[in-house]
Amino acid sequence: MLAASNISKRYGAVQALDGVSLDLPDGEVVALVGDNGAGKSTLVKVLSGVVTADDGVIEQDGRPVRIASPHEAQHLGVSTVHQDLALCENLDVVGNLFLGAERRRWTVLNHIRMERSARDLLSSLDVRIRDIRVPVAMLSGGQRQSVAIARALIGEPRVVILDEPTAALGVEQTAQVLDLIRRLRDRGLAVLVISHNLADVRAVSDRIVVLRLGRNAGEFDTAQSSPEAVVAAITGGTV
Amino acid sequence: MTTVNQRITGLLHKPLEPLRAAGRTDAGAWPVIGGLILIAVVFGSLNEHFLSAENLTNLALQMAATGTISLGIIMVILLGEIDLSAGSVSGLCAVVMTILYVHHGWNPLVAVAAALGCAVLVGLLHGWMFTKLRMPSFVVTLAGLIGWQGLMLYLLGRGGTINLPFEGLLAGLSDTWLPLWAGWLVAALIVAGWSAGSLVNRRLRRGADLPVTSGLWLTLRLAGLAGVLAVVVLVLSADRGVPLLLVIFGTLVVCLDLMLRHTVFGRHMYAVGGNAEAARRAGINITRIRVLAFVAGSTLAAFGGILAASRLAAVNQSSGGSDTLLMAIAAAVIGGTSLFGGRGRAYAALLGILVIQSITNGMLLLSVDSSVRYMVTAAVLAIAVAIDSLARRGQPR
Repeated sequence: MLAASNISKRYGAVQALDGVSLDLPDGEVVALVGDNGAGKSTLVKVLSGVVTADDGVIEQDGRPVRIASPHEAQHLGVSTVHQDLALCENLDVVGNLFLGAERRRWTVLNHIRMERSARDLLSSLDVRIRDIRVPVAMLSGGQRQSVAIARALIGEPRVVILDEPTAALGVEQTAQVLDLIRRLRDRGLAVLVISHNLADVRAVSDRIVVLRLGRNAGEFDTAQSSPEAVVAAITGGTV
Repeated sequence: MTTVNQRITGLLHKPLEPLRAAGRTDAGAWPVIGGLILIAVVFGSLNEHFLSAENLTNLALQMAATGTISLGIIMVILLGEIDLSAGSVSGLCAVVMTILYVHHGWNPLVAVAAALGCAVLVGLLHGWMFTKLRMPSFVVTLAGLIGWQGLMLYLLGRGGTINLPFEGLLAGLSDTWLPLWAGWLVAALIVAGWSAGSLVNRRLRRGADLPVTSGLWLTLRLAGLAGVLAVVVLVLSADRGVPLLLVIFGTLVVCLDLMLRHTVFGRHMYAVGGNAEAARRAGINITRIRVLAFVAGSTLAAFGGILAASRLAAVNQSSGGSDTLLMAIAAAVIGGTSLFGGRGRAYAALLGILVIQSITNGMLLLSVDSSVRYMVTAAVLAIAVAIDSLARRGQPR
């Protein structure tokens, strides 16, 4: 369980975050929604170590932790899939999954061990790719998103943060990725999904956290909330 | 029937469409091999000496030096950068080696090592200017192209030519021929090594429950490799034997290819060439990779220069000059290395230089004017790059 409380971050004259709190319990999908400039990206950057908060506490299992760099975030088991996926299109699926974390003997790549783990990982996530040895450039958008998410699992993380995972996808591919997100939850991971698409958010999340102008603007149990109430929280209107 | 018609109309409208068939990022080595066969047929029918053992042996000798420089170019092109200084660096290092060996009486091997050391320093300087000063590689190496040639001319001084003693180790390098048995032994070792590697890999993959390539395909490839090597040894042995120069060049190509495909460094080279930002976020030290690529490029260029000096048994003011650099770059690209970075293999240098050198050699045999030779080489280069660009555009993005 990762919990952030009272997080504040200021960029010059702009108060991007003002005392925001967020809990990410194991085995739960939390959706982070809000209008442009609500502070979603800044909060994600704080959790993934890209920027440091000015104020506030981050706790893991009740113990305060410091996340000052992406490396420290990974060390704590926080893995982030950025919107641009950061895949090397010329490498195959196996190469991308283990990029920067190659299994090796001395300096020689252990192709077989990597391919075995890659196949196991992809099939445990029910990701179907006909030939995992073709360059990633050959894959569909949904398959690439799946590869990027699978890559986030290579380091055995406890928290996975997905930034706009369905933004560029078609209907069927979106469904595949949402299924994949549910399987992450079933593995007991804490998942944070940032999305603009409220339909996707309602389809996949357990809890919706709304940010507005850098502050917490409401928290909803997805199953028991009305879409209107969530939209009202986002826009600051009344139901 | 209608589908056939559709395909034909499609071909008329977009004749190059099949080259971008789905599932391929590049057309592989086949266009180049087809081109080589075409060259052999055309020149072989125009001049009976082209396919003679003596001429093919000369071809093998002519390939090695520029081919080695081309290998170095590939190291840099794989990152999507360019090294224009390779020709000048090859000339400079050959001159350094010759001066130390001939004028200062150094042991030839130490002189070679010193020249390669100079190349490492040159590569470090280029890499530093590229990564730390953030200068475009084009400009860094353009400055290198002019500057290192200047330094070479300065070192050569007024004389302008230094001869290598004919009986020495270095000149002997390009005048050493494997006896028949050694030629066959080398070929047998390559085939044995390749099949052992494939069999072990197959077994390990079976053991890990991974799909394996079909045994038939493996046997075919093995037979193809053995056949090509047997023809090479037979033809070259009919003249003076397999030249040591060719063995050296071949060893370099194979070692570099193994390094690129099977080591962490090679994997990171491809990653940086494919998407440098993704590589950086994955924790790869991209500055280190880039500097090492320039160092490897310069060192291989220097080695190529030393081979060229050995073949000429001299260095002079045109060492590494005229069209050496352009031929080396053209060879890398014709062989299938993508100028956009991230795609290509070390074998590209071998295939590309074979194409270019065959054209040059064939045209010289036909005593065609060098003006025509340049134009034909340019056309081949243009076709190779067009294939690369089309293959790239065919990728779903």
